[in-house]
Amino acid sequence: MPEALLELDAITKRFGDLVANEGISLQVAPGEVLAMLGENGAGKSTLMKVIYGLLRPDSGRLVMDGQELDIGSPRDAMRAGIGMVTQEFSLVETMTVAENVALSAVGWGRVDARATQTRVLAAMERIGVHIEPARLVSSLSIGERQRVEIIKALFHDCRVLILDEPTAVLTPQDIRALFTTVERLRAEGLGVLFVSHKLKEVAEISDRVVVLRRGKLVAERRTSQVGPEELASLMMGVAQAPLVDTEAAAALGMPRTRPTTNAVHRSSGPPVLEVAGLVVPREGRDVVDGMDLTVHRGEILGIAGISGNGQTELVEALCGTRSPRAGSLRVDGVDITTADVADRLGAGLGRLTEDRRGSCVAQLSVEQNLVLEDLDDYTRRGSLDRRAVRTHALAMIEQFEIRAEPTTPVGTLSGGNIQKVLLARALHRRPRILLAAQPTRGLDIGTYRYVHQRLEELRDEGAGVLLVSEDLDELRTLADRIVVVLRGQIVGELPASEATNERLGALMTGQDAA
Amino acid sequence: MSINLIALISAMLVIATPLVWAAVGELVIEKTGILNLGIEGTMVAGAFVGFVVADLTGSPWIGLLAAVGAGVLAGLLMGLLTVTLGQNQHVSGLGITLLLIALCEFTFRVRYGGERPRLAQKFHPLLDGAGILEQHWMTYVAFLVLAPATWWVLRSTGTGYRLHAVGESFDAAEVAGIPVNTTRYLALVVGSAMMAVGGSFLTLSVLGTYTLDIINGRGWVCIALVIFGTWRVWRVVAGALLFAVTDALQLQLAITDLFSGVPRELMLALPYLVVIAALAIWGRSVHYPSQYLKAYRRG
Repeated sequence: MPEALLELDAITKRFGDLVANEGISLQVAPGEVLAMLGENGAGKSTLMKVIYGLLRPDSGRLVMDGQELDIGSPRDAMRAGIGMVTQEFSLVETMTVAENVALSAVGWGRVDARATQTRVLAAMERIGVHIEPARLVSSLSIGERQRVEIIKALFHDCRVLILDEPTAVLTPQDIRALFTTVERLRAEGLGVLFVSHKLKEVAEISDRVVVLRRGKLVAERRTSQVGPEELASLMMGVAQAPLVDTEAAAALGMPRTRPTTNAVHRSSGPPVLEVAGLVVPREGRDVVDGMDLTVHRGEILGIAGISGNGQTELVEALCGTRSPRAGSLRVDGVDITTADVADRLGAGLGRLTEDRRGSCVAQLSVEQNLVLEDLDDYTRRGSLDRRAVRTHALAMIEQFEIRAEPTTPVGTLSGGNIQKVLLARALHRRPRILLAAQPTRGLDIGTYRYVHQRLEELRDEGAGVLLVSEDLDELRTLADRIVVVLRGQIVGELPASEATNERLGALMTGQDAA
Repeated sequence: MSINLIALISAMLVIATPLVWAAVGELVIEKTGILNLGIEGTMVAGAFVGFVVADLTGSPWIGLLAAVGAGVLAGLLMGLLTVTLGQNQHVSGLGITLLLIALCEFTFRVRYGGERPRLAQKFHPLLDGAGILEQHWMTYVAFLVLAPATWWVLRSTGTGYRLHAVGESFDAAEVAGIPVNTTRYLALVVGSAMMAVGGSFLTLSVLGTYTLDIINGRGWVCIALVIFGTWRVWRVVAGALLFAVTDALQLQLAITDLFSGVPRELMLALPYLVVIAALAIWGRSVHYPSQYLKAYRRG
């Protein structure tokens, strides 16, 4: 192995009692892609923040080119030649591409706009992309924004590039483009640290892989000498378990190990949700622009699409929190187009919305949140029947494996447990149609599988599920049919058995008119 | 009796001057996502401190310097409350305004009692007898230096980029190595100094005296102007001129008999109504800085 470019020596970072990183040591060599694998919560993001100067380690050293670094801010990291593309992009949407790229280099005085533009264009050329420097970032797609982030890093002549979960938000086409970029940079001699929890990608792009589990570095392997099963078991900390489990495989981004059996014999019960000619405006623009959808009983209908193509507004219109301009909505034959939220719930519509924290009241307890939608059922002579609420909460906590007391404020729970509370609240009402928007985003594998199981059970009991997700693997595993939305319209429909990431991706980006 | 155009434009420029100083100051601060409702109090403090020090020293220049100092202190206080302590911006700003107004009134009464003091030396207009061009130097500076310079700084310098980034995304600023809280302090200090200068214009240049209701809601007008101007300097200046021309017109009409049947109070309210109408028409779908009213805690 060539001399290390960046070296981490026994980095430890604690938050109170929680040890997020414990004695982590690793090296990145020039011209090497080092993958870092780990489940959510394994400590990857903390480690990245330490390297990038957003957090101070409690102990340990960072060494670049044999020199110990003192990194107190991202600027120090950049100066040392470390560039990072964070999971949530750090771009100013109201500034142009060039301004964003220059932002980390400007002082207080005049900015030479022309020289900046020349340098930005040069950095773009280096990775073979072109984005008009004068465009506002708010007008860019997610993939383009990521490229701007990479250009930002290259603008500083970084020699180690850290990509934190870079593919989580990308379409398959954008992922391909990203991999091409990474390969170019590797060929130029950059060291790349590729953080991911998707085995398939790690196997494809990396030379070496390290595995993080519960804050510790538990393994280091040559990518060519390790199989996905071994990596998966290292990540999850279970003894060599063959991945017979479709859910886990999908969660890890592996090809499915068995075809779904659902699609064939299940498709059509009677329709339970009918959307016709739906038009939903937002800030004066029709972001849902004439959608027709039908979900049948005993069916999971998946909605695929790049975020921002009307999915959010579709769900809001169905929930009754945003008014459509035209079109009709029916649940089990009952028109709910103009019904208020409570009436929709009464009609049998359940929801699991994208904004989990916005769907519950953080300061209220688990039990209070659980009954928030059915207060009438728990009211006796005008006041809340606390005993009944408690009994209900305990039952839900047990049934849905929520790790909390009835009196714990919901705001203090983990994302996974909040989702279980919301799931309990929605499913307890026995919805005839459940809207599930990004139901597993950001969840750990355990909860991910749990949510999937519950959605499948609901379907098997004869309810319909409308599943909106940006995770194509999730859609392909769970849904019976998948429709693709683009610019507020449905541009294609595929049975899950025929949906490949490539076909979906082509539809999502409008390159295919299937 | 007809309207005297030269007098009208002249009056418009005088009325607009303190508004331009203070509104541009507020704009600089709001760019970083801070709503400084301390503006009214800061203008009062600038007017009062400028007056008292000019009165004591006999020099309007020293008075001006003291007004700037008062503005800086008001900005630092706002920074302490909203940036360092992360308190609510509405409450902090209103608190500062109430505090400063009361403090100035108290000190004024203690020092001058029932007198109407006049400055021995105040600033005099430049270009005596040049018609419209006969204006105070602060008016010239407001329109020919302050506004264009602020426009240029916001648009073409690293300072402008930094203010913009802080107001739009703490994350992006932090990752770019821009110290969010320091930048906000800087904006507060500079912006509040501008407000104080705007206030002092009335005592040091126009009136040469101080009265208790000297600012009389001009700070609130500036808050509206910044929103009306959608955080762009030239639009804010245009808004200030719109307000000022209405006010000047109303003053002229009061000495003609054109609208003698109209209640005087309604005429006085006219410029405010115009600003409200303008806000209602053009200020509806504005993009506020994304970090407006938020405190930043490094996580």
